[in-house]
Amino acid sequence: MRLTRRQFGIVATASLLASRAVAQDWASVTAAARGQTVYWHAWGGDPKINDFIAFIGSEAQARSGVTLEHVKLASTADAVARVLAERDAGQTTGGAVDLIWINGENFAAMKAQGLLFGPFAQSLPNWRLVDTVGKPATVTDFTLPTMGYESPWAMAQLVFEYDSAQLRAPPADLAGLKAFILAHPGRFTYPQPPDYLGVTFLKQVMYGVMADPGILQSPVDPAGYEAATAPLWAFLDDIHPSLWRSARAFPANEPALGQLFADAEVDIAFAFNPGRASAEIAAGTLPDTVRTFVLAGGTIGNASFVAIPFNAAHREGALVIANLILDPAVQARAQDPAVLGFQTVLDVAALPPEDKARFDALTLGAATLSPADLGPALLEPHASWVTRIAADWVTRYGTAP
Amino acid sequence: MPGLTLGLLSVPVLAGLIGTLAPAFGLDPLAPDGPGLAAFGGMWQWPGLWPAARLSVTSGVGSTLLALVISLGLVAALIGRPGFATVQRLLSPLLSVPHAAAALGLAFLISPSGWIARALSPWATGWTAPPDLLIVNDPAGLALTVGLVAKEMPFLMLMILAALPQTDAARRLTLAASLGYGRLAGFALTVLPGLYAQLRLPVYAVLAYGMTAVEMAMILGPTLPPSLSVQVVHWATEPSLTHRGTAAAAALLQIGLVAGALALWRLAELGVTRSLRHAATTGRRGGLLDRVLLPVVLGLGLTPALALFAGLAGLSVWSVAGLWSFPDALPADLTLATWVRAGPGLWGAGATTLTLAVASTALALGLVLACLEAEHRYGLNPSAGVLWLLYLPLIMPQVAFLPGLQMLALSAGAQGGAVMVASVHLVFVLPYVFLSLAAPYRAWDGRIALQGAALGASPARVFWQLRLPMLLGAVLTAGAVGIAVSVGQYLPTLLIGGGRVETLTTEAVALSSGGNRRVIGAYALLQMALPALGFALALAVPRLIFRNRRGVGLA
Repeated sequence: MRLTRRQFGIVATASLLASRAVAQDWASVTAAARGQTVYWHAWGGDPKINDFIAFIGSEAQARSGVTLEHVKLASTADAVARVLAERDAGQTTGGAVDLIWINGENFAAMKAQGLLFGPFAQSLPNWRLVDTVGKPATVTDFTLPTMGYESPWAMAQLVFEYDSAQLRAPPADLAGLKAFILAHPGRFTYPQPPDYLGVTFLKQVMYGVMADPGILQSPVDPAGYEAATAPLWAFLDDIHPSLWRSARAFPANEPALGQLFADAEVDIAFAFNPGRASAEIAAGTLPDTVRTFVLAGGTIGNASFVAIPFNAAHREGALVIANLILDPAVQARAQDPAVLGFQTVLDVAALPPEDKARFDALTLGAATLSPADLGPALLEPHASWVTRIAADWVTRYGTAP
Repeated sequence: MPGLTLGLLSVPVLAGLIGTLAPAFGLDPLAPDGPGLAAFGGMWQWPGLWPAARLSVTSGVGSTLLALVISLGLVAALIGRPGFATVQRLLSPLLSVPHAAAALGLAFLISPSGWIARALSPWATGWTAPPDLLIVNDPAGLALTVGLVAKEMPFLMLMILAALPQTDAARRLTLAASLGYGRLAGFALTVLPGLYAQLRLPVYAVLAYGMTAVEMAMILGPTLPPSLSVQVVHWATEPSLTHRGTAAAAALLQIGLVAGALALWRLAELGVTRSLRHAATTGRRGGLLDRVLLPVVLGLGLTPALALFAGLAGLSVWSVAGLWSFPDALPADLTLATWVRAGPGLWGAGATTLTLAVASTALALGLVLACLEAEHRYGLNPSAGVLWLLYLPLIMPQVAFLPGLQMLALSAGAQGGAVMVASVHLVFVLPYVFLSLAAPYRAWDGRIALQGAALGASPARVFWQLRLPMLLGAVLTAGAVGIAVSVGQYLPTLLIGGGRVETLTTEAVALSSGGNRRVIGAYALLQMALPALGFALALAVPRLIFRNRRGVGLA
């Protein structure tokens, strides 16, 4: 934790120094942005999110004269590959990707390769509204300080989903979940690691079974790794025979798990968006008896970010979009359970009254937990843990059913 | 002309190949250990390597064999009979079904919570919740093999139909029958040798495709481990960017596997030829064969195609479904929300898709016809090396192949754009057009040209007024295949276009990644529409033009 606090200090100081110089610069940014077309490369697998990006586009056009084109990706890696190829080909300006929806490992890799423009986040006028203290995930991505190289756009926290018409009392903690799995063979599963949601489930289990989860915030100590992770593998060994298809097959990713839940193949699913279930109910694709729950002690939380490649052709326009995403009206719309149900990255309590009212006016959605019920958000473990346990999972379970 | 075509094709193919080889041998700015064989080491260390490689081989070879045998059996059983036209009409739209949609449709049909189970539950099965049965993603890859057969069969059928007019099948079968041969035996002994010679390249393409398919394997194939082609994608798109070398090394292994499988297939061809010759000399008429096998072929032959149809019908229902829970056989409520959402931008994306497809296919047809005509006039013969060059874009995993191609495009200063995308489509369209057209073109009866020449016609006149009209069916079929290939391109369109060129497929594949059956159902129908139109034209136009020429353009 101490390490994380120091990171906050660095970011806070940097943002203070930067904000003065930046105030007058912003006018020149918006002037240059007017008339630009920004190509935002973002995963296009969810029609609701696509609609929301289209809404941001219409706002950007109306407010700042910036045209937004959503380049719909099947995988963020496709955009990373494009930027990488441009750098290798020596194209340092006029790149095809202006803005990219990014998280965790993609961010770490792009930053390490020098593929990102920045720091820019602190220079956004709306940055001061972001709750960097109450929501530390807005400035740390997989324990890596973002240092202003990416700007948050939504909070995410792991929640479990169940149909209250089928299951009266959902498990209260990890031990309860295990008891449920053993008592109901074939009715629970998780996406196959190294899929990020599958790995998130492994992290959640580690938080529940490790003697000292605090060590997850530091890089893996090879000497203690075996002993530290032994309870994780013991837990998985116990539940695997009782998983969906007896763990001889796994869903590929979050959408595939969601589909199994919608098809009633599993009784409990989980997602990274606490408002997903409500939004699906609103869209008429899940029964209105679906509810969500979290495990005692908290669940893994993180944030979604946008970043700007180093060679973006329309950097100013991208900055305007990144700033617009942090606008209270846009954030409140994203949090509307009928739209996306994404939790805001802003400090709602500190907003001006008329902006705060936008959030107060929102209903929670039938299946969404209130902030109090959502419980604490556990920090993402250090990236070295993720790499190691994902690789070990593949060795242990990934090649022979 | 062959030189120009080869040049056009070889530059991008070599760029793609180098782009694959470089990271495999550590010659990549991202390689963690510098030049060397570390990437191969990483590949060997993966415990799933052999199961994955074995799966690629068994599902690829098994599906090709099944699809070929079923297609030939159906043609042998139905040729010259009234049902033949129906089967043709039934199969041709299936060619244009996007692979992901075909796989998802099949998965929805046969999974324990799928349409069949829903239709029978709970009244017949007693299931109120889906049973925990491993049907899709089975470790042996059976679901994947069935899916590949269903998708490859229509292609092979179309290729057979394009080749049949050059085999004189009807008269040969009549002759065989008059000598007392059964239908299947007569077909195998008199039509098959000439037919297969024309079919060989398409069959090789099907084999290469079956061994390298990604989308189908992701949806229907096992996951512990997945097939090698899927694992290559996993490595190439790994977010930490540290496994691109491993992906490239595995891509090379995959090329090796395909080459090995093709060599074995060639050996098997020789074996089958020997046994057919032997069978011919025994003089057996094979009457029993018909009694035993014909019902099987007719009964089971269309099952994969029917399953594909049913799966697509399921997805179509999903596209207008509101809530559709297990075990309801139909959705609880219907909504047009998915279609309304897809509406805006549909015309623009559709027009771009069509323009790219028509441009790349027209160019490919022109080049291939010029090559084949030059080959005919000057007695040229393509070497094995040339054929390999042609096949590389088909058997190379696109994730490994495209970075090199993209580097070439960027280094040449090309800024995305539709022209650049169309020329990259050409790299993938040209091989299919060539292999669809080459054999029928060469099999055309040269005596007709001789007669034309004897009557004073120039070679150009023979080409335009005799050869091309008589081969119109084959040319249009090749064009329809080309259009289908172009419409199906996702990664090349996205990467080379830099996201500036939006087609139905870039839209559909991005949306498919969310696994949303409603959206996938809607876009599958849209994506099918353009190529289906092409195939319908390929079948209808020759009939229309030659309605008063009984022997031309019809099987």
